[in-house]
Amino acid sequence: MHVVVFFFALIVQAFLVPAVRAQPYQTQEVLLENGLKVLLLENHKSPSVTFQVWYRVGSRNEEDGKSGLAHFLEHMMFKGTAKVGPEEYSRIIAKNGGRSNAFTSEDHTVYFATMSREKIGIAIELEADRMANARLDGSQFESEKKVVMEERRLRTEDNPISALAEVTGAATYMVHPYRRPVIGWMGDIQNLSREDLQRHYQSYYLPNNAFIVVVGDFSTREILAKIKSAFGKIPRGPEPPKVKVEEPPQRGERRVVLKKEAEIPFLLMYYHVPNLRDRNSFALDILSVILAGGRSSRLYQELVYHKRIASSVSADYGGVSVDPTAFSITARVMPDKEPAEVERAVDSLLERARSEPVSERELEKAKNQIEAGFIFGQDSIFGQAMRIGQYESAAGWRFLDSYLAGVRKVTAADVLKVAKQYLDPDRRTVGILIPVKEKNQ
Amino acid sequence: MKNLLFALLFLSLSASVHSIVDARLTPQRSVLEDGLVLLTSEERALPIVTFNLLIKAGSRYDPQGRQGLANLTARLLSYGTSSRTALQISETLDFIGAGLSTGCGEELATVNLTLLKKDLDVGLNLLAEILTASVFPQEEIDRQKQSVIASIRAREEEPGAVAQTKFFEALFPQSPYGRPVEGTVASVQGVDRADIAEFYKQYYRPDRAILAVVGDISHQDMMERLAQAFRSWEGKASAQEPRPSVSPGPANFIRIDKNLTQANIVIGHEGVPRGHPDYYAIQVMNYILGGGGFSSRLMDSVRNERGLAYSVYSLFDADKYVGTFQVTMQTKNESAEEAIRTAMEEIRRIREKGVSGEELQAAKDYLIGSFPLRFDTNRRLASFFTQVEFFELGLDYPERYSELIRTVRREDVLRVAQRYLQPEKLIVVMVANQEKTGLKR
Repeated sequence: MHVVVFFFALIVQAFLVPAVRAQPYQTQEVLLENGLKVLLLENHKSPSVTFQVWYRVGSRNEEDGKSGLAHFLEHMMFKGTAKVGPEEYSRIIAKNGGRSNAFTSEDHTVYFATMSREKIGIAIELEADRMANARLDGSQFESEKKVVMEERRLRTEDNPISALAEVTGAATYMVHPYRRPVIGWMGDIQNLSREDLQRHYQSYYLPNNAFIVVVGDFSTREILAKIKSAFGKIPRGPEPPKVKVEEPPQRGERRVVLKKEAEIPFLLMYYHVPNLRDRNSFALDILSVILAGGRSSRLYQELVYHKRIASSVSADYGGVSVDPTAFSITARVMPDKEPAEVERAVDSLLERARSEPVSERELEKAKNQIEAGFIFGQDSIFGQAMRIGQYESAAGWRFLDSYLAGVRKVTAADVLKVAKQYLDPDRRTVGILIPVKEKNQ
Repeated sequence: MKNLLFALLFLSLSASVHSIVDARLTPQRSVLEDGLVLLTSEERALPIVTFNLLIKAGSRYDPQGRQGLANLTARLLSYGTSSRTALQISETLDFIGAGLSTGCGEELATVNLTLLKKDLDVGLNLLAEILTASVFPQEEIDRQKQSVIASIRAREEEPGAVAQTKFFEALFPQSPYGRPVEGTVASVQGVDRADIAEFYKQYYRPDRAILAVVGDISHQDMMERLAQAFRSWEGKASAQEPRPSVSPGPANFIRIDKNLTQANIVIGHEGVPRGHPDYYAIQVMNYILGGGGFSSRLMDSVRNERGLAYSVYSLFDADKYVGTFQVTMQTKNESAEEAIRTAMEEIRRIREKGVSGEELQAAKDYLIGSFPLRFDTNRRLASFFTQVEFFELGLDYPERYSELIRTVRREDVLRVAQRYLQPEKLIVVMVANQEKTGLKR
C-alpha cells in the first residue's frame, strides 16, 4: 500500500511571522493537501520540542466484541516498518536523547516524542514512516497480546477504583461506545486478530484522519518544511466511517455495586452532560471547581474537613470530548464509615447547588483558580501540546482561545441553571465499591 | 511517598549536558544570614513564580516509637498558624488559585508553592508563616492523624506499594530507612501535640533549609522580600550530625498472599549513596540492564520476547546516606516464577559478560543528550537546584556531568556490575495469589 509517492504543496492558512508580537506566540494552523492538519506553537523557554501525531480514532470507534482494538494497535505500532525493526523506534529516539511514548483514549490515539531542536527531525521521519508503512508484525502479535493483557490486569483487574470506574461507565451508557473500556474487555482482547488490526490501521491511519501538534523551541518555517517533506507524500485515504450514536435520555437513577478485594469503600457518580461545544460548558467547569476545587471547596469542607466521612473528594467535568460526556463526583470513604452516609452528604450539597445561587465570592474564587491553573499549564510544552491536541480532537483548537473569556462571563445564575439541569438524580449512575476479603480461589 | 524524592533524584541525575551548558541550569546562589540557602533562576516568559523548599526534617529523625511524626508535622504545616486558621489558609490559597503542597521523605520535608506573580506577597507571607508560626491546633492534629491512618489503610489495596514496604522493611531492618515514612496505625496514634511542636522547633530552621525560586523575579528582589518575610525565622549553630549507619538485612524470599490476578514482584538489595564515586558508572550499567525503558535488556527479555509483563524496570536509587537496587515488575500469578528467573538471568548475564560497545554508546548518548530536555518546567528546574545543593554536587555540576558519563568505559560497566549486583544478597518480595504462582513454600 501507499507505494506511489505524491508531492503536495503546502496550503498555508494562518502563517504570519511578524517581527514583534503583542502576545509572544500564537498557535498556527497549516493544512497539507493530503488533509493532514498541522498545529504549531513556538515556545523557546527550554531547548526541547514535543512532536505529537493525533489520530482521530479511539475506543469510540470500536464495535461490540472488538473492544481494545485501538489500544492494541497502538502497541503494535512499535513493531516496526520495512525500514525500522521491531522496538527500534523507541531506541532510535532514546539514542538521540529523546523520550517517546503513546496513549489511547475514547476519542484518539496519540504518538509523541520530545527531543532537542536539532534532533526532532528524526521523530518526524519515523512518525511519517509508520503512518504509512507499519508492519504490525505477525510474529510479534501473540506475545504483544499477552503484554496488553498484563496491562489490563495491572490497571484494572487489580485496581479496585479503576475496576469500579469501568463497571460504572458501562452502566452510564446503554448504546454509546463510551460504555466500553479503552483497554478493552479481557475476552475481547483475547479474541482480537491480526486482521482486525490491519483493517483498523488501513481505515483510520490516514493523513486526512490525523493532525500534528508541535510545541517548543523551533522555527515554524524550518519545522514545517520537515513535516511537509516527511508527511506530504502520504496519499489521502477514503473518509473513515463516522460514529453516529446518540445515547437516549436517561430516565431514572442507575446503581452499580462492585464487590472486590479492597480496603476502603469508594463512591462514584456520573451525570450526563454536553461537551465543550455547548455554551453551558463554562458554567459546568466552574461548578466542578466550586464543588471540589481545593481545600476550601464545598465537598472538601463538608465531607473531608467537617464531617470526616471521606478522605478525598473530586468533581470533574470531562467536557473535552467528541461526544456528550459525564460530570463525575467521587469520594474515597473514610475507613469504618458507610458509603450511604457519604452519599447522603453529597446529595444534600448537590441539592443546595441546585436550589440557591453561589455567592459572588465563591464564583470569583473559582474563576481565579481556573485562570491561574490555565497559566500554570503553559509552563510545560508537553502540557501545552496536550491541551491543543485535546481541544482539536474534541471540537477544534480555537475553542481554547476563547476559553478564559467564556469562563469569565459565567454568572451565579448560569451555575445554578446548569446544576439544576444536569445534576439531576434521575440522570445519574452511582457506583459503589464494597471491599470484601475473599478466599483465594 | 517513599519514592517521590528518589524519583525526582533519578530524573535530575540520569542526565548530562551538551558541550555548551544551558545558562538556565546554573542558578544564582546566596546563603542568607540565618543560614538559609537561596537558589534562583529568572524565567520571565510567564507571570508565575515557583518555590521548592527542602528541610532536613524527614522521617529518619522520628524518635523510636513515634514513627510518622515527621510526616504529620509536614502535613500540618498548612493547618493553622498564629494568625490564620486552617480554613483561612485554604481560602487564601484557593482565592488566588495558588498551589501549595507539603510532603515528607526519609531525609527531607518539602514545601512546594506555585502562584501568579501578582500574588507573590500573599504567597510569600503565608509561606513564612507556616515555617515560623505554625501552631498545630489539637483538632487539626486529630484530623490529620485520622487522615494518615486512612492513607495507610488505602496503601494496603495497592499491591505495588505493599511490595515496596515489605522490601524496605527487609532491606533495612532496625533502621529508620526500613520503616514507612507515614508510620504505622499504632505509632501514628501515639504521636501527640507536644511531639509535633518539639519536632517543629528542633528541625524547621533556616540553617537546615534550601529554597529554590524559579520564575518571574530577580535574585536581588527575592533576597529583599525574603529578608522581610522571613525575619522572624531563627537559625542556630547546628551541631554536626553523625552520619547514619545502616546494616542491610540478609537475602530473603517474602511472600504476601492476596487475591490478585498478578504477582507484584520486587527484587533487590542495597545500592550506593549519591556521593559514591562509582555512582555514574552504575547509572550507565543500570540503563542497559533495566533503567533504559524500551531500550533496556529487562524490557527486551521480560516484555518483548516473552510477553510476561507490561512494566519492568530496574533502578539504583541513591539518597544521601543510603541507596537501593530494585527490579520491579508485575506478571500474572502463573508466570511469576518464569519472570523472576528471567530477571535473575539478566542480572547474571551482565555480571558475566558485561555489555557491548554499541549498548554502552547508546546509554551514554541518551544520558547525555536527554539532560537539557529534562528541565522544561519551573517546577523541574527548582527541584533540580535544591537537589544539586542537598547532594553537594556544586554549581558547576551541569558542566561536569557529560564528562562524568562520557568517561565511563566498558570495563567500568563490567566492574560495577560485578561489584554492585550481588545475586547472593537478593531480597525477593512477591505480593500475589500465592497458590496460583505454583511456587512451593
